[in-house]
Amino acid sequence: MESNGRKQKALLELQNVSKVFKKDGDDVLVLRDVDLMVDEGEFICVLGPTGCGKSVTLQIVAGLLEQTRGSVILDGREEHGPGPHKGMVFQEYALLPWRSVVENVEIGLELKGIDRKERRAIALEQLATVGLAGTENQEVHEISVGMRQRVAIARALANKPKILLMDEPFEALDALTKEEMQIQILKVWEKTGTTIMFVTHDVDEAIFLSDRICVMDINPGRVKKILDNHLPRPRHECMSRTDKEFNDMRDEIIALYSSLKDEELDLII
Amino acid sequence: MVNKQQSRNGSTQAFLADRSFYVLGVFLFLVIWQAASMLKLFGNDFSEAFSPLSAFLALIEMAKNGDIVHHTIPSLRRVLVSLFMAIIFALPVGVLVGYFRRLEQLTYVPFQFMRMISPLAWMPIAIIMFGVGDVSVTFLLWLVAIWPLILNTVHGAGRVSPLWLNMAKTMGAGDKGILTKIIIPAAIPDMLTGLRLAVGVSWIILVPAEMLGVPDGLGYFILDTRDRFRYDQLMATIFIIGLIGYLLDSANRWLISKFAWKI
Repeated sequence: MESNGRKQKALLELQNVSKVFKKDGDDVLVLRDVDLMVDEGEFICVLGPTGCGKSVTLQIVAGLLEQTRGSVILDGREEHGPGPHKGMVFQEYALLPWRSVVENVEIGLELKGIDRKERRAIALEQLATVGLAGTENQEVHEISVGMRQRVAIARALANKPKILLMDEPFEALDALTKEEMQIQILKVWEKTGTTIMFVTHDVDEAIFLSDRICVMDINPGRVKKILDNHLPRPRHECMSRTDKEFNDMRDEIIALYSSLKDEELDLII
Repeated sequence: MVNKQQSRNGSTQAFLADRSFYVLGVFLFLVIWQAASMLKLFGNDFSEAFSPLSAFLALIEMAKNGDIVHHTIPSLRRVLVSLFMAIIFALPVGVLVGYFRRLEQLTYVPFQFMRMISPLAWMPIAIIMFGVGDVSVTFLLWLVAIWPLILNTVHGAGRVSPLWLNMAKTMGAGDKGILTKIIIPAAIPDMLTGLRLAVGVSWIILVPAEMLGVPDGLGYFILDTRDRFRYDQLMATIFIIGLIGYLLDSANRWLISKFAWKI
């Protein structure tokens, strides 16, 4: 996979997307005029502190929330509502505890009406993609949290989505597992070529993973700046988080938030 | 004393120790029963007939002359038929009420009100509606079985995680998919708990319900033995009622261990 090089075709386009929530009868603007283009095959991270609307943005793309104004265009078509062409990975995994690992991966295929044999084959292939070959018959409560999130990724991939949406997927993991999962998702991305939109409030995570970083600001939630990330790939082999280029990028991002008070800035740095 | 945690995780020896305590419990139960009859706690005249030994001999006699089969089969039939009909009615109602908040609010007071009424209170109405006989007994048993089934299913369908629903939507699930892949499987542990409670209470209500004019069944036979002064057979019948109840509950516990998912 190329390290960057903006390709011509925008897969996903957000045009002037705004979101107003009703709170105690008042309108609260949580997202203001978000414009964003995501290229086919790109890994884009959406980074920002709590309240910047990054998760709201992702849920609007997923179709779980509806924007108040603006439009979401995926592959040339205006999007309304959720669907299996937009794979979603939730922070809390959302695995079904009454299903085994492989049955969890199969659920989207089951809903599509794909027959048993074929969906088992697809599910096993996706489990192998996320490094979980051989775990298919285990129960969800028997496997580690890191493995659970991999199952959730395999489940989303099984639908062959046009885009993979990830909502702070590694937030609940311990530091070591988190790093392992970051490497894993890069491998999955390199292998599948799937476009990934990844929401996080971890600055290092965004730098480590992305082609570009959409840095968001608060009050109201909006896009502050979109940064290109030219660090070489594969990152887990040719980068260390203490390298100068890595530090420079981190400083650049932190500088963007210099106007915020400490208590407003809950980024992981 | 060995506490539960230790013995559960323990060795074969601990397992055998656990088993022997269960057996000991049964033995002590029989000893107390025997002692009660020897001390004439059942009254001066009939205590002999109430002893476990007399009951055991009566049990053999009833097995030989067919009384056991003759009265157990109708009782089991009534309970199973009414349970089956209660399940068919209560599970869909429970899922709907559990899923739609408005429906739960609408039904909350009537349901809580109805479930507190002993089904035997409906007995005269049942007899007016269905006459004396099988149908009335089955109806009363149905009436007692639906409440634990409905209320537990409501609880199960109501605590479906919104996260699962969102996940299912992103997987392309429509209303049917959400119902069959999320809500029903999510509610299964509670449905099974409801079933276990329903079986227990149905079996308990069966005996008085069968005293309302049917010509067979364990409840009927209790009255029959009394009228014939066969207190040994009465004790044997009580023993059968307890044993079948215990076996039915064991079957339910097995179902729960087999089909109720764990977190």
